[in-house]
Amino acid sequence: MDQSEFLKKVMPFKDKVFRLAKRLLISTEEAEDATQELYFKLWKNKSKLSEYNSIEAFAMTMTKNYCFDRLKSKQANNLSLVHSNYKEGGTSLQKRVELNDSVSLVHKLIENLPEQQKIIIQLRDIEQYEFDEIAEMLNMQPAAIRVSLSRARKTIKEQLIKQHNYGIS
Amino acid sequence: MELVNVEKLLKKYLDAETSIAEENELKTYFSGDDVAPHLEEYRAMFGYFSASKNEIFTKTIQLKSRKLNWKWLSVAASAVLLVSVYTGYQKNQQAKAEKIYQETHFAFAMLSANLNKGTAAINELQEFETTTNRIFNKAK
Repeated sequence: MDQSEFLKKVMPFKDKVFRLAKRLLISTEEAEDATQELYFKLWKNKSKLSEYNSIEAFAMTMTKNYCFDRLKSKQANNLSLVHSNYKEGGTSLQKRVELNDSVSLVHKLIENLPEQQKIIIQLRDIEQYEFDEIAEMLNMQPAAIRVSLSRARKTIKEQLIKQHNYGIS
Repeated sequence: MELVNVEKLLKKYLDAETSIAEENELKTYFSGDDVAPHLEEYRAMFGYFSASKNEIFTKTIQLKSRKLNWKWLSVAASAVLLVSVYTGYQKNQQAKAEKIYQETHFAFAMLSANLNKGTAAINELQEFETTTNRIFNKAK
């Protein structure tokens, strides 16, 4: 695979890689570093990429594993994940989020989900991958993904209703 | 979309039985203005999903990473090492040669000094012989 093919086939999903990394690592800078690192790895292994039937699925699997490693090494180093840029300004998304408290509440609710559900919500509800694709990325049965996804969606909904009834703080 | 349909789809949605197309229908419905009040909480949910998809990676990706520099650094370091070892060896050789030269020089100097001593002795002998010759010639 040469550079132009790489740019055509691998570059287009860089935003998806970034968003998944951000979902797991939470901080924007961490996610940017992760994306850069992952793309560097992909570039280094570009000769092997054509062996995979879906480069995108492979890249998402890599992203997931890389982020888990990052999180694990952080825990091992006893560094707590403190994100000062939790409400980062600058990005247009964040501005829109701040306009709407309940939308940023959804963000927090997803953050509190177990990692597996977080990834599945990200891949399905945000990136809109088919279950088969997600199954390939996560090496899981589609049925198990549905169960996990259903649980995540219900949790978010219930929490939202709860917050709604208490009145949004 | 009919409210009944929306509610039916939402039930399917929560059981993770909806297709992408159906989920898009829900997204469209909840991004609209006429959302039923009792479904208000879903508006935030679907609104968040739609908004999140718009976040993009704004930095430029470098494929030839700065990590590559380490490789070049090691190449440079080994080159420097090689050069320094080579020049060190050269210096060492030169010092050795100089030492040998000095020793040879010293040896030659000693030789020539001794040779000169010998020549001086022969000169003395020569003197002796001329004197002897002079005496014998006079006696003749």
